[in-house]
Amino acid sequence: MSELTTVPKAIGGPSNFLDERLGAGNFLKRNLRKVFPDHWSFLLGEIALYSFVILLLTGTFLTFWFKPSMAEIAYDGSYAPLKGVMMSQAYASSLELSFDVRGGLLMRQMHHWAALMFVAGMTVHALRVFFTGAYRKPRELNWLIGVGLLTLALLEGLTGYSLPDDLLSGAGLRITEGVAISLPLVGTYVTFFLFGGEYPGEDVVSRFYSLHILLIPGIILALVSAHMVLMWTQKHTQMPGKNRNNHNVVGAPFYPAFMAKAGAYFLFTFAVVAGLATFAQINPIWLFGPYTPADVSAGSQPDFYMGFLEGALRIMVPWEINLFGTSHAGTLPLSVIIPALVPMGIIMTGLALYPFLERWVTGDKREHHFAERPRNNPHRTAIGMTAITFYGVLWLLGANDEISANFHISLNVTTYAGRVLIFLAPALAYLITYRICLGLQRYDAGVVSHGVESGVIKRLPHGEYIELHTPPHEDIEAHVRGKEPVLMLPAAPDSAGIPPKGMRGPLGKLRARMSKAYGGEKIPLGDGHAHGEGHEEEEHAAIGAGDDHSLTR
Amino acid sequence: MTRITAWRRHPLARYAVLIFALALVGMAYTAFVQVGKPADAALASGRVDDVAEGKALFELHCSSCHGLNAQGISGKAPTLIGVGAAAVDFQVSTGRMPAADSGAQAPRKPEHRWVNPDSIRKLGAYVQSLGGGPQVPGKEQVDAKLGDAGKGGELFRANCIQCHNWVGAGGALTQGKYAPNLNQASPTQIYEAMITGPQAMPVFNDSTITPEEKRSMIAYITSVREQTDPGGFGLGRIGPVTEGLVAWIAGLSALALAAIWITAKKRQKS
Amino acid sequence: MTDNEHEIEQPDERVPRRVIGTPAPGTSMLGAPEREDVEVEIPGVTLQDEQKARKAEKIVALCFTVTFLAAIAFIISYVYFQVGSPESTGVSNLALGSTLTVALLGLAVGIVIWVRMIMPKYSLVQERHPMVSAEETRGVVAETFIQGANESGFVKRKLLRRTLLLAAAPLGLLPVVLLRDLDNSKMPGAAFNKTLRHTVWGEKTKDGKPRRLVVEGTGQPIRAADFNSPGGILSVVPDGYQHDLNALAKATLILIKFRPEEIKSGTNQNWTHDGIVAYSKICTHVGCPAALYEQTTHHILCPCHQSTFDAADGAKVIFGPAARPLPQLPITVDGEGFLVAKGDFNVPPGPSYWERGDAEAEARSKGGQA
Repeated sequence: MSELTTVPKAIGGPSNFLDERLGAGNFLKRNLRKVFPDHWSFLLGEIALYSFVILLLTGTFLTFWFKPSMAEIAYDGSYAPLKGVMMSQAYASSLELSFDVRGGLLMRQMHHWAALMFVAGMTVHALRVFFTGAYRKPRELNWLIGVGLLTLALLEGLTGYSLPDDLLSGAGLRITEGVAISLPLVGTYVTFFLFGGEYPGEDVVSRFYSLHILLIPGIILALVSAHMVLMWTQKHTQMPGKNRNNHNVVGAPFYPAFMAKAGAYFLFTFAVVAGLATFAQINPIWLFGPYTPADVSAGSQPDFYMGFLEGALRIMVPWEINLFGTSHAGTLPLSVIIPALVPMGIIMTGLALYPFLERWVTGDKREHHFAERPRNNPHRTAIGMTAITFYGVLWLLGANDEISANFHISLNVTTYAGRVLIFLAPALAYLITYRICLGLQRYDAGVVSHGVESGVIKRLPHGEYIELHTPPHEDIEAHVRGKEPVLMLPAAPDSAGIPPKGMRGPLGKLRARMSKAYGGEKIPLGDGHAHGEGHEEEEHAAIGAGDDHSLTR
Repeated sequence: MTRITAWRRHPLARYAVLIFALALVGMAYTAFVQVGKPADAALASGRVDDVAEGKALFELHCSSCHGLNAQGISGKAPTLIGVGAAAVDFQVSTGRMPAADSGAQAPRKPEHRWVNPDSIRKLGAYVQSLGGGPQVPGKEQVDAKLGDAGKGGELFRANCIQCHNWVGAGGALTQGKYAPNLNQASPTQIYEAMITGPQAMPVFNDSTITPEEKRSMIAYITSVREQTDPGGFGLGRIGPVTEGLVAWIAGLSALALAAIWITAKKRQKS
Repeated sequence: MTDNEHEIEQPDERVPRRVIGTPAPGTSMLGAPEREDVEVEIPGVTLQDEQKARKAEKIVALCFTVTFLAAIAFIISYVYFQVGSPESTGVSNLALGSTLTVALLGLAVGIVIWVRMIMPKYSLVQERHPMVSAEETRGVVAETFIQGANESGFVKRKLLRRTLLLAAAPLGLLPVVLLRDLDNSKMPGAAFNKTLRHTVWGEKTKDGKPRRLVVEGTGQPIRAADFNSPGGILSVVPDGYQHDLNALAKATLILIKFRPEEIKSGTNQNWTHDGIVAYSKICTHVGCPAALYEQTTHHILCPCHQSTFDAADGAKVIFGPAARPLPQLPITVDGEGFLVAKGDFNVPPGPSYWERGDAEAEARSKGGQA
């Protein structure tokens, strides 16, 4: 087995060609050995990235057969139970893709599964970034791009869901129309423009088609590229640990290790999507039948990422206001507008503004390159869990009919429970998470100050039994010691009793109070249970030298 | 260390807590679950002696709720006069009647020991004799082979799926009632349900939806439920809810495990 | 997972020789002077044991071979398995999908084992630099900007600046103007409300007769005497519009047969015929067809968001997010005994919109019952 000593000609030749024309050498020199920190959670965003690639590939395949037309035809394909049924060309061509094109069903199912994985991947990636504070300076812009991508992904999902023009997708479209037309002042205009006249018209599928395959994916592609470039130039955050600090980045080089890992992960994503498409049927449109606004099925549901909107619509109370009585203006269907706009608004605006709000509250203008451990910023973590719970309750209630039907709970009870839980559960989540974070911080402090339990029991001369503690492994200790207090605004009044600038007035006072609550060190690391510090030191020495296997899991 | 602390630190403690929490959730769940309720009722065609024997069966098994003369008992069970033999056949052959208890809805359950085609026929004959009503359909009337599944599909989508779902997987109704899954229903039972409107289900009489059209609907229901799922496991055929669960539970966990494997460190001895 | 077998060794020849580098100045992507990314190697390169690496190589080779075979099997499956029926499509999907999955998985697993068992393990450290550019650079940029702005004369020459802005303003409006014809009907916005208030039930048939109700799916007109089982329900569409989706989106009905004593005061008795009542099937919340009917409770439930209406009592809302009852259609029978519409709904059916106003109060004030 020989090893390379010179660059092989097959690579050297083209490289030379490119370098002479692009100066690619400079770029590669800097970037081939770019360091990428290793942590499993850093790969979650790649799920979304690779799913997007799969979506582009499978989606292109689908466009070869799909006909975005709402013209009515009588079905004459292979699927017997629908023979002769009147349907739109879009639906007929989706059936053709499923039953008359080899591999067509597989590609359709992969496209749909990849879409679910795309949004799910984005969601968990965004949560990882949020809970580790990886959106902090200098990465706020990339965070905003991410929020934009998430919004576009929902839009892309909505337009794609509606294309096959089956009875399920039509129900989704009808709800979209009902929401659009409820908007104050512009509602009727929006719907008449979107549908080319009255609902459903004959245009919406082809219009959604061009949005779905051209405009939105184009923007997504551009934003994804920007997302990658920013990540590349700003370098990835890293977890606290040995030899790591805020001014360096420790990890594997891009070439060859990280490249191989990323490639393998792409293949894993592809394989999981293909596996799901093989073994789990998704969106069986042939069972749904063609769309007609006259029919709907029990259990009509959106895809999971729209579930929270569906849930909000379901638990809403019947409010409607006519501002100007019987005159033909001023109807505000609050039971549509509120659930359709408020939860989405809270979540998306909250996500977009959070980095800036946090900075305003903490006054922290430093650059951060550590992925903060969630427990070390308990208020942020609690706020995140509150948001997850809020979203989760709505999501769950979006499936309340299935819950009711399959678990035999009264439908009405689920709705009433949802109306209470939507307020109660997030509040509880906040309190519980905050407490858990403090508990974990206390545990960390314990680990740092007197080590971890060794499993060795020792009897002292006076008869007391104690369990020996052993110092943590240095990696773990470095990881724990990476904790930094959350910054607070200097709020103390000066000698004349005048608070600092920006802390005056009601808003300033609120800011100061929030800063005080949000920031600071809740459980300092040195603050373990300080009993028997002296003799424990000795025991560390006694066992530390011999056996520290208990730590090196 | 106190004993409680010792327990708390036991390696199995976390599992114990988990099991305890699950048990709590389970108990909370049972508190919400609706128990099953008497519904409307029952039917056949028969001879005079069938009627007499049917009356005896009725008095033994049904009269405690429906009254000795099937006139119904207010607040307990409806009258059976005029429901016909089709209703008796549907309710008793699916095990819904006699009802076990009074919940929101009487569920399909195993038949009672005394129930057999013969006893159902007799009971039906008796109820039929009280005030007429829909008869049990003949074999040909419910023969799926004679129906037009395409046409039946259109009618099925227009009249049935809003409660029973696209493929008859069932769905929720108000206040704990539900539209049952149609997978276990025989063609005769489907027909009888349409003409008698058991429990909360509305009636689709033969003069507006003809027997031929009903047969086509039966043809569609049976053909779709017997059809294989070409795309893999059907996930209950209830739509995007289970698909979302699979994406998160199977898809995302598989990828998270792959990520953990790819980035796992072998810790070096230092 | 402790890997105790190797003490830390110095990098030998299997580790890239030049991990420490001081790149010469180049240009970064944004054009700033190249920063020097100093790489430092952390002590502790773990080499893979050659024997283990050789074993791993065999496993990796096996994985790659599996991929090769699976890809061949995919091609064979494509040629061999035909599609058409659900059964054959299912077989084809299973064959194509599983071979594709195995092929991808083989490659993925192989590469991971390759990285983990064959490539040496070590960490590099790279410096980070603050993202902000040097004060001096910013000064230069600012100067350049000011100089350029002055050269252009944009600040000094007011006329130029103002006419340019003037020119830009309508250009921005062009797309908005162009999109006006997205509404193919090209009706003025004020006409939207009128359109939404009108359904085909208000139109007579071509020969001037009232429009018949027909059964959805069969297109048969309904003889009132035939629809005679209390607790019965039918999904009904307007005659002549069975396949007009725009008409159906507003005009679809549910027809319910009651025992006369069941009908309560909320229902307009004059609009019923012999215990038969017709309501709009389009939910007043966001427009799903609401048609889950329970004959025991007379509840109409919308499956989308669970608005519940009391069919016996004018379809008033008893649960859920819908704020208004389902509009009732006035019906009667024609000379042949078939059910027909007496006229249009007196309020717009379907979801609410800004221009709707309190149509129910409006209808009441005109003397009708909403």
